[in-house]
Amino acid sequence: MRRQADDTAPSRDAPLILAGRVGSRRVVTAADRIAQQQGLHTGMPVSKAQALVPGLQVLPASPDDDAASLERLALWVLQRFSPIVAVDPPDGIVIDSTGADHLHGGEAAMLEALIGRLMMSGLTARAAIAETWGAAHALARHGPEPLHVAEVGTAETLLARLPLEALRLPLATLASLRTLGFACIADLLHQPRAPLTRRFGPDLCRRLDQALGYVAEPIEPLRPTELVEVRRSFAEPIAAAETIARYIGKLVVQLCAALEERGLGARRLDLLCWRVDAHVQTVRVGLAKPQRDPQRLTRLLCEKIETIAPGFGIEVLSLTAVMVESLEARQVASSLLETTAPDLSGLVDVLANRVGARGVYRMAPVASDVPERSVTRVAPLSDPVGVGWPDHWPRPARLLPWPEPIETVALLPDHPPVWVTWRGIRRKVARADGPERVFGEWWKRDAELIAVRDYFCIEDEAGERYWVFRAGDGENAGTGSHHWFLHGVFG
Amino acid sequence: MSARSSTPAIAALRQQIAAMEGDGGRSRGALPFGLPDLDRRLPGGGLALGCLHEVAGGGNGAVDGAAAACFAAGIAARLPGQVLWCVTQADLFAPGLEQAGLGPDRVIYVEAGDDVSVLACMEEGLRHGGLGAVVADVARLSMTASRRLHLAAKGSGTTGIALRRWRRQQDASDFGQPTAAMTRWRVSVLPSAALPVPGVGRPRWLIELIRARAGESFDLELEACDGTGHLGLPAAVADRSVAAAGGRHGAFA
Repeated sequence: MRRQADDTAPSRDAPLILAGRVGSRRVVTAADRIAQQQGLHTGMPVSKAQALVPGLQVLPASPDDDAASLERLALWVLQRFSPIVAVDPPDGIVIDSTGADHLHGGEAAMLEALIGRLMMSGLTARAAIAETWGAAHALARHGPEPLHVAEVGTAETLLARLPLEALRLPLATLASLRTLGFACIADLLHQPRAPLTRRFGPDLCRRLDQALGYVAEPIEPLRPTELVEVRRSFAEPIAAAETIARYIGKLVVQLCAALEERGLGARRLDLLCWRVDAHVQTVRVGLAKPQRDPQRLTRLLCEKIETIAPGFGIEVLSLTAVMVESLEARQVASSLLETTAPDLSGLVDVLANRVGARGVYRMAPVASDVPERSVTRVAPLSDPVGVGWPDHWPRPARLLPWPEPIETVALLPDHPPVWVTWRGIRRKVARADGPERVFGEWWKRDAELIAVRDYFCIEDEAGERYWVFRAGDGENAGTGSHHWFLHGVFG
Repeated sequence: MSARSSTPAIAALRQQIAAMEGDGGRSRGALPFGLPDLDRRLPGGGLALGCLHEVAGGGNGAVDGAAAACFAAGIAARLPGQVLWCVTQADLFAPGLEQAGLGPDRVIYVEAGDDVSVLACMEEGLRHGGLGAVVADVARLSMTASRRLHLAAKGSGTTGIALRRWRRQQDASDFGQPTAAMTRWRVSVLPSAALPVPGVGRPRWLIELIRARAGESFDLELEACDGTGHLGLPAAVADRSVAAAGGRHGAFA
């Protein structure tokens, strides 16, 4: 995160810099994209920048506010993405994605989701996933692409090309390294270590080893004071599943009591297991509605015990409610006649924690004629939509994920096929209905400006009914390729 | 069959058997299909509630499972409450299910990675008790798994439908293996009802009850589910006299 977005006074079109003090000089501490295009860079005196660019907006830099907002951002990442998040000052956030990426559909998808959400809120961000904190730090700031997922075992080759600044070294060390003729990390990798350490102190080799993963660098997770957290340390490390389950039960009761005091219910819980060898195992469970029922929370957490690798033993268990919402006791319907709808939130929580929150959904209609766009997934417990889809034409029970190309014999422009060949089986069409013309949605993409699909419902001699379409209107080649596709199977 | 169930001795025997089977003689009732021809042949006058049922497609339907999905949707649509539908591949088309009577607000989909987790999710749904029905697309269903599901359904009174659907046509021979399900249905598509004009008429199915506990198997040609989940009787059969219609199924008429 290079800059904190100031969405108040300064206009977006004029160049903007932040001015801070180094000693007695006023220097540029940050410059936005327009300012950078006009030749301004960080570290240059403010007076020089003002002389170079007329109409420059200068705002005083406030490192304390930056740090505070960085911490707020880290907290947001903690609540939504991963249990172990820490601030990496002055301009970064470090996230341990182990055990959290599967909830977002893999590392690359998680990174894209994170950056997408940040971009929507007006932040420019670069991100990288690598094996070590040091490597990810370097790739995010100095890597070629703004988004980078490094394969396992490629850290050394990737780092070799990067400049020395990527190593998190003090400025003085960098300057003298450059004087000695070192330009990139590759130059340092195969140097004898002893003279380097004698010249620059132990820091240089430590940073190098941290980036390459030879030295451990634990992440101290961000835990703001307002989070509800309970923890338990053990005199003897524990490892058995039953023991872990028992202590989870005790922690959950404590946590629920703490939540009840504040009138809160948990939406997301993190269980951190600190092992004796300084590794942390994490378990995260989400809830569809705020809850503080110890039985239910214990059950959700205990289902995940098998994902914890206790190693040589766990010495500290800590349970945190990272996301909470207010939950007040309310009266249930007391009338004898009134029947309340059964509460499905418990079931949805269990299922969502088993298959991932994306795997549990309901379908809702979207006003679109294109079949695959006419449905969208909504949260399983969202309010009923009330309306369905238009009922003019029959719709198949199964829609193929992608339309499959078929071979046909058909009269143009608007006759249904006489024969179709799908997955190697040739079928004679006995009856057919159509065409149902679906126009492209020109407001979405230029390519759909005149695109057309003609849908037919065909039935072969055995009674199998399929939903096929021709891309194009059968006359004008601009409306589609005039190839035929099978899109669905009727019941 | 109606005469048989009214005999007191038979009824007493049935109660004894039910007591031995462990459901304590407590029956959750049955969901009639609304077609006398069909309901008359089913024990209890309809599809037993709070049990596990199996549905598969015939022919290509064993792989695409489209007709079976509509049949299951039609049953679930006529039960009150939300429906949980567990799948491995998300290819159900909600507008199609709505035309079988199951609106989008009533279905919660669960997309699980493999067959084992589909069965686990189905059992979870059956045990919960607050759902109207639980449907799951499963390929392999062992005796043990089906027994678990059946007991879960019995315990909570939720009806479970295992929609058998295989990756390949050859695997469909698995359907012959015994399971603990209450009934086993096979739904195959037939050429649709003839129209006086060119076009596709209302779909027709050959519905086979392959196995039913305390009942006999039969097959019947019916029209597919309408917008409320009800099956229809084909016009040609509906207009025929009882004697003519009974040519094929005389033993049950």
